[in-house]
Amino acid sequence: MQFIKNFIAKSRAKSPWIMHFDCGSCNGCDIEVLACLTPMYDVERFGVVNVGNPKHADVLLVTGTVNPRNQKVLRNLYDQMPDPKGVIAIGSCGLSGGIFRDCYNVVGGVDKVIPVDVYVPGCPAKPEAIIDGVVKALGKFESLRRAG
Amino acid sequence: MKTIVPFGPQHPVLPEPIHLNLEVENEIVTGAIPAIGYVHRGLEKLCEIRDFNQMIQVCERVCGICSAIHAQCYCQCIEEMMGVEVPDRARYLRTIWGELHRMHSHLLWLGLFADSFGFESLFMQCWKIREKVMDIMEATTGNRVVISVNIVGGVRRNLDPEQIRWVLSELKFVEEGVKSVEAALLEDYTVKRRLKGKGVLTKEDALLLGAAGPTLRGSNVAQDMRQLGYAAYGEIGFEPVVEPDGDSYSRNKVRFRETLQSIELVRRAIDKLPEGDISVKVKGRPEGEVYHRVEQPRGECVYYLRGNGSKNLERLRIRTPTFANIPPLLTMLPGSELADVPVLILSIDPCVSCTER
Repeated sequence: MQFIKNFIAKSRAKSPWIMHFDCGSCNGCDIEVLACLTPMYDVERFGVVNVGNPKHADVLLVTGTVNPRNQKVLRNLYDQMPDPKGVIAIGSCGLSGGIFRDCYNVVGGVDKVIPVDVYVPGCPAKPEAIIDGVVKALGKFESLRRAG
Repeated sequence: MKTIVPFGPQHPVLPEPIHLNLEVENEIVTGAIPAIGYVHRGLEKLCEIRDFNQMIQVCERVCGICSAIHAQCYCQCIEEMMGVEVPDRARYLRTIWGELHRMHSHLLWLGLFADSFGFESLFMQCWKIREKVMDIMEATTGNRVVISVNIVGGVRRNLDPEQIRWVLSELKFVEEGVKSVEAALLEDYTVKRRLKGKGVLTKEDALLLGAAGPTLRGSNVAQDMRQLGYAAYGEIGFEPVVEPDGDSYSRNKVRFRETLQSIELVRRAIDKLPEGDISVKVKGRPEGEVYHRVEQPRGECVYYLRGNGSKNLERLRIRTPTFANIPPLLTMLPGSELADVPVLILSIDPCVSCTER
């Protein structure tokens, strides 16, 4: 049993499955997240696979500001992901609300709703920065594996 | 028996959250009820806090995919209000960056569309070609997506002769790339079976429901806001791309041909690029009302501005093409198979962030 647990913990750190959720961003960060998955940057060579089902995902990439309507969806997706999980907030909007901070329908950054592990700045964040963010989030899985 | 299948807000085929409740009877969709509001930020109201120059940055972030064209439309509105004459070179440069944005938006869409019917290698191929366009934008403006070149009175950056030569040589690669996917995108047997006759929008319906952009031109209506001749379109010669059938295949073909047309338009604009200043100094504050239309990759985009002589605008109203294309989508969906729903939704090229602002 311990062997299987170790195997899963190692695989999780070596090949994280990511899920992307657009939470009210302007599309700028979304298309950069997608650009990471396509031939130019191709994160699949590091074992990163994009999935559409939260129950399969290890890492959640969130772009954009949170508003009262989509915060329920975001919370729901986060709750459906199995533990341990990492959350990456992408772009100025995901960090703090960015340029839309003063709008009437904006609650703020992603961390107002769910705990965030890694913050990736930029408006929009560059694909290199997003890949770096994913690698940083893997550090969390790696330390969990060491802790046992 | 009627079943309700929820589609979205988080769906693998949709990059953005939109929710549809699909009424399904034996795999056939009989009705669709949309629910929007997941991306609403309320940025039109920001014009009361930010001054009219800062609003350019906000307008660029209405939608990241066509940001240059949003900013261009906003700047043209302010210039019309203040009576500013933009230098010729700036008009041509705006056209060039606008068309580069259209190219990258269409290539992005062709990829996502291929993904919606499960052709993943074509998706990867289209996005690989698109990276060349992104490289051109990064090299000429310093940014990949939100390029921030438009200012009131002109543009912020210039193209020097060496850059122009480089851009033209890169465009050759883009053109070759786009032509190389033609056989897979338009001639493939499976692709044709998935697209032909799916989601037919007749010419009468398209006009009645107020469709815009490639959705409208795919239904045999030659209407494109670039025919108005704003920026440099009046001088470089422009003919809208039209396809007769009104189905998903037609809309696909319109966007494919427009990508090649954009490459041609950039070449013509570079060919005729006049010498001179790239911006003029603007004094004063906007006053009065103005109404302006431009063609986005997704269709006609309308800006309405009202200023009262202070540095803040009194009202900013944006009508975006996807909002106009949702009623045609809702008439396409009933009668289609459930498996075709992602194809039909993507065939109007939905941009939810534009729609909800």
